[in-house]
Amino acid sequence: MDKREYKYIGKSPDRSEGLEKVTGRAVYVHDMELPGMLYAKALHSPFARAKIISIDTSAARALPGVKAVLTGEDAPYLVGLYMIDKRIIAKDIVRYQGEVVAAVAATDERIAEEAVSLIKVEYEILPSVQTIDEALEAKILVHEDINDLEYMKGVFFPQKDSNIASWNKTVRGDVEKAFEESYLVVENEMYLPAAAHTPLETHAAIAQADPYSDKLKIWSSAQSPFAVRQLMAKSFGIAEADIQVIIPYVGGGFGGKAGIHLEPLAALLSRACKGRPVKYAATREEEFNQLPTRAAMRGRIKTGVTKDGKIIALKVYYDWDSGAYADYGVNVGRTAIYSGAGAYEIPNVEIHSRTLYTNKVFSTAYRGFGHLETHWVIERQMDIVAQKLGMDPYEFRMKNILGPGKTTVSGEVITESTGSPSDCLKAVAEEINWTGYQREEEREIQKKRGKVRGKGLALLHKAPAMPAFTSTASIMQIDGDGKVKVMIGAIDIGQGANTVIRQMAAEVLDIPLENIEVVWESDTQKNPYDWQTVASKLTFMGGNAVIKAAEDMIRQMKEVAAQVFRCDASKLTHGDGYIYHVHHPHKRLSYGSLARGYSYENGNAIGGVIIGRGTYIADGLTNLDKDTGQGLPALVWTYGAHGVDLEVDLETGDVHILKVASAFDVGRVINKKLTEGQIMGGVLQGIGSALSEGLKFNAEGKLLNPTFTDYKIPTAKDMPDEIVPILIENPQADGPFGARGVGEHPMISIPSAIGNALYDALGINFYKLPLNPENIALEIAGTQAP
Amino acid sequence: MCEHDAKANCFEYIDSQMPRVPLDLVVNGERVHEMIDPAMTLLDFLRVTLKLFGTKEGCREGECGACTLIMNGRPVTSCLILAVEAQGAEILTVEGLSKDGELSILQEEFIREDGLQCGFCTPGMLMSARALLDRNPNPTADEVKEAIAGNLCRCTGYKSIIDAILSAAKREREALRNG
Repeated sequence: MDKREYKYIGKSPDRSEGLEKVTGRAVYVHDMELPGMLYAKALHSPFARAKIISIDTSAARALPGVKAVLTGEDAPYLVGLYMIDKRIIAKDIVRYQGEVVAAVAATDERIAEEAVSLIKVEYEILPSVQTIDEALEAKILVHEDINDLEYMKGVFFPQKDSNIASWNKTVRGDVEKAFEESYLVVENEMYLPAAAHTPLETHAAIAQADPYSDKLKIWSSAQSPFAVRQLMAKSFGIAEADIQVIIPYVGGGFGGKAGIHLEPLAALLSRACKGRPVKYAATREEEFNQLPTRAAMRGRIKTGVTKDGKIIALKVYYDWDSGAYADYGVNVGRTAIYSGAGAYEIPNVEIHSRTLYTNKVFSTAYRGFGHLETHWVIERQMDIVAQKLGMDPYEFRMKNILGPGKTTVSGEVITESTGSPSDCLKAVAEEINWTGYQREEEREIQKKRGKVRGKGLALLHKAPAMPAFTSTASIMQIDGDGKVKVMIGAIDIGQGANTVIRQMAAEVLDIPLENIEVVWESDTQKNPYDWQTVASKLTFMGGNAVIKAAEDMIRQMKEVAAQVFRCDASKLTHGDGYIYHVHHPHKRLSYGSLARGYSYENGNAIGGVIIGRGTYIADGLTNLDKDTGQGLPALVWTYGAHGVDLEVDLETGDVHILKVASAFDVGRVINKKLTEGQIMGGVLQGIGSALSEGLKFNAEGKLLNPTFTDYKIPTAKDMPDEIVPILIENPQADGPFGARGVGEHPMISIPSAIGNALYDALGINFYKLPLNPENIALEIAGTQAP
Repeated sequence: MCEHDAKANCFEYIDSQMPRVPLDLVVNGERVHEMIDPAMTLLDFLRVTLKLFGTKEGCREGECGACTLIMNGRPVTSCLILAVEAQGAEILTVEGLSKDGELSILQEEFIREDGLQCGFCTPGMLMSARALLDRNPNPTADEVKEAIAGNLCRCTGYKSIIDAILSAAKREREALRNG
């Protein structure tokens, strides 16, 4: 391991934008007002699936102050990232309760609101697709035009005349033969409901259309300004350059603000209002009901093992209830075929992942991007198989764990540079003093006092889920006083991107952090391109781009300094804000003196403005083979593990978490404080998914809990007594300073670790989330019933 | 959804068009007099009338705590209070925490402990914390949890927020002792 001491890497400087955020000066789209701004309100479908017979907007249009009323007729555009399947406003048919059927822009909210109430829609209610099985039966097609939808070819595989938006698969070895040869075959079915991101700031967008050209200006709470621009340009058939997307501070994203959301509707309204800016800020109910969620998922898993605990066969069907649209959801589903076997080496594998259309609010990216879901299935199954083998689940995992020289299910050979899942598992097992499952007698003794303790382990891995061509960039400029401005295309949504970028730039340039500013706010007209702020990729890809930009700047300064000192540039080095000669360190020039060209005493000048440029592309990735899933999907794997120690109340079913130990092989810690912040926050978000969260629908597909009153996310009183973050540093050879991303990983496998601990406590295996008191108490009652 | 039968859930201020009434109060130490819509919430009064955007709106139904401010020494969710209820009141918002361009100890500790990520819950969180420390300068971790239980944060997991409040309490007590 590289033991080099860094000045800024691995330290814990405060986040760059802290001052703005603690003083109330940080401006979010919600806070913005523009001259002449209009306010948008939408009318939503009350039905999960219905034909729109007629829409009468005449009374709404007649209301003074109403500037535009739009229906699906006025928005003949399909939009989408991977499956281009989503209408900006429903036309002819509504596909989920909450879908926008009409929208109004008016001079104030009261008028917009009143106008919405005056729109009369006549529906013919149709039977809908509500379950995974109904979707697979395909008696009703959510998208009757599925055969004609445009999509990213070679990556996703929509099935003709079905509700399957994409069927991806991995086939490796001979799984059926291996099952025959297995000592033990274990089959299970697991399920988890859809979950909401609930950023504290709901989605908001302001759009201003130029009435004399195609130009559009957008202010949005989006995570990915360049994706908004690209998708909108494609949908509207205009040039990307005509669309400017500006991102002020963003009040949390978690994947829900990736892709494209309210921006096209606000843009159409602005265009209909002769270019007045239109603001559309989602209500909290719209955030639950209209805007996308994490998909519900069912996993049917079959594992074959040898007598000594080697997994030789795995067959899984992952079926994703993706709701009415799958524009982004198909890529969540795709992750299952290369990481849905967990961090294990398994020679014979068949994984099917089917992203399904149903008539429910649609799904999108959510922190972990499918991995919390697949790991709920895999990591629970690992424990259940261990139970049946009579093996310690820790030993069983270690026996099958990935590591150098081992091969993933998509055919990638792991190396030392990939990181170590076993280091992570070992660390958390030690931290919670894992000694194996307790014996039944020990459980019985505990049960007498009404509360039972249990411990559980779970492993995890995740790589960015992104197209093989994903790229990012950085631009750097230096001022006459030697201070540096850095521009990146990714967005700091609170994860601390700008702070770690600043540290990396400071390290390469060897100047104080205070002399570096990452320019805020982000603007597609000015900032260099970035694919999306997703996939825990910013530290890795953005970091590499920034390092290259800083090195580029140093190289340019050395070239000028070499002329001044009449030496070869290779004789020069840099440090503390100077370029200097390696042998004659007194021969030195400050960065500032080179920033805009070097001037001699007689006025002659050489060089020029120093601008550093760095780009980074995810090199070497391939699409996965359609039939076998083989290829290279992963730029960087981050491994992790959790150990949970909890106590469950036998009467109430209430779970009290005493300790969570979470270890991640981050390669190299860039900012310890911020990395631990990601872990603390991610673990609690995972606890929400495990213990309380889940969308509930009635039989007709109406969402029953679209408020914080009925959809409970963890509060300060729901924290574990202790969370112990453990940072493991096996550097990645092509990572920035060896680092890997870890933004999403902390919430993955938290539900599985808790489920496994509940087995240890109760001797009961749980197969469905959430593990709320009701579900746990019912199971306890079930096992205790005569 | 913002349907006509669910006005209470509308996200932006909706003018009731009722006759205006006078409102006199003190906001962050400054006397304020406005003629206002009597149906307006205190949150809307701050954001729409006074253009003080530091106080955030996350749900408009009193569940998320983003709009928390201090009214007459007590933390309140300003989305559930009518502005007219604040007649004669003293209001403290996030904009009033720092004095003369200097951050308060509490704000400094939020930065130092990284008690924030996206920052959207931060103003409300700071106000709940301020109200706690004003009535209890030496709280336990459990008392801090209780005090911020009504403030949702989706980013931090709360630990760093609690640490920030506890270390601010310690520093404030020391500052008081040292005069």
